[in-house]
Amino acid sequence: MIAMTIKHHLPDELLMAYSAGELSEAVNLILATHISLCDDCRAALAGYDAVGGAVLDRCDSVPMSASSLNSVLELIHAQDSTAQEKEFRVPASDRTLPEPLAAYVGGDLDSVHWRPVGMGVKQAILPTSSDATARLLYIPAGTAIPDHSHSGLELTLVLQGAFQDDDGYFGRGDIEVASENLHHTPVADISEDCICLAVTDAPLKFKGWMPRMAQPFLGI
Amino acid sequence: MMSTAVLSSDCDPAPVANRREIRDLSHEAGDGKKTLTNGTPNSIGPWVEELVAIRDLRDETAFVRVFEHFGPRVKAFLMKAGMDSALAEECAQEALVTVWNKSHLYDASRASPSTWIFTIARNKKIDVLRKQKRPEPEDLVWGPQAEPEQEDIIGLQQESEHLGRALRDLPSKQRDLIEKAYFGELSHSEIAEQTGLPLGTIKSRIRLALERLRHQMK
Repeated sequence: MIAMTIKHHLPDELLMAYSAGELSEAVNLILATHISLCDDCRAALAGYDAVGGAVLDRCDSVPMSASSLNSVLELIHAQDSTAQEKEFRVPASDRTLPEPLAAYVGGDLDSVHWRPVGMGVKQAILPTSSDATARLLYIPAGTAIPDHSHSGLELTLVLQGAFQDDDGYFGRGDIEVASENLHHTPVADISEDCICLAVTDAPLKFKGWMPRMAQPFLGI
Repeated sequence: MMSTAVLSSDCDPAPVANRREIRDLSHEAGDGKKTLTNGTPNSIGPWVEELVAIRDLRDETAFVRVFEHFGPRVKAFLMKAGMDSALAEECAQEALVTVWNKSHLYDASRASPSTWIFTIARNKKIDVLRKQKRPEPEDLVWGPQAEPEQEDIIGLQQESEHLGRALRDLPSKQRDLIEKAYFGELSHSEIAEQTGLPLGTIKSRIRLALERLRHQMK
């Protein structure tokens, strides 16, 4: 069932940028995954899509070429037999990985190719365009992630378990949007191993003695 | 000439899923006069009847009307997003083919026709200009036994028109900023949190429609 306890949502400017189609693939992926779990943000996104519809309505029209309609009608005649497949699927809400994420992993959690990175932490980098990085993180219960800050955007979405940091408690479906230059040390909840999707659009910067351990951990 | 790649999932519309027929649409809409003309006072909302006729009746006449209205606007939108005229023409044709082929995904309680066609054009833009697919949220579909409430459909269509008027009435500087964002001229960090648009009502209305849909899915 959809998580009704989501407390940490997407900020409006990210929803609008997602609606406008201005985000990189990895950021689109984490937003699509959160929205799959969060009807508040799904409704908010639909609101921004409606703004896009209003912008489209205001566009001047540029005439289509003379042969345009005929080409399109030929295409819909050629393809109509295969179109309109009316399959009915019950959403797989009992899975840990919502559909958009499962498409990148190639299945649910048991299909993830984890790579151990020390301290019991594992990660899997997902194949997206290189302007931002999406990784799944597996953090054993009670483990702390090294203190770090970022020059760009860092988004963290909880899929299983929970973590706690200065911004609060984050459970399944909650998304943290780390602001620029925020230092934080997320700690996985003690009760269960934590699985997160994390997206960064710029390299992370680490503080203190931890970088030595953190560099292989984050693969940058 | 277009390739069959136009129908790849990369240019699918946003998943607003409803395949149930809207029954007695025109009777619910106003004074009971049946009309398929867009924008008339007793219409449920501009172009809704046409999309429903395409979806449920595979009505080609309705499709031609939708093509003639939206084709030139989608082409203009794509040119503003950075395409040259020839590419925008090809992509607008592909977008309209998607309207026909994916009409079973159109849910009038969650998107106006303009909104739905905008999402198709937007995905086409990402597909072609960024050469990326766009991860979409999990599909929510109406089951075989249920369909959206008439009042949700009418309410959403009215809110969409209200939003269109609010955009028109914004001070031009503010409106330009919003249009720039949707044409791709602003990065996400340049997009302002406040649009000046009254989005609260449309969000709550869609939220309510989603609750009904979730209830049906149980």
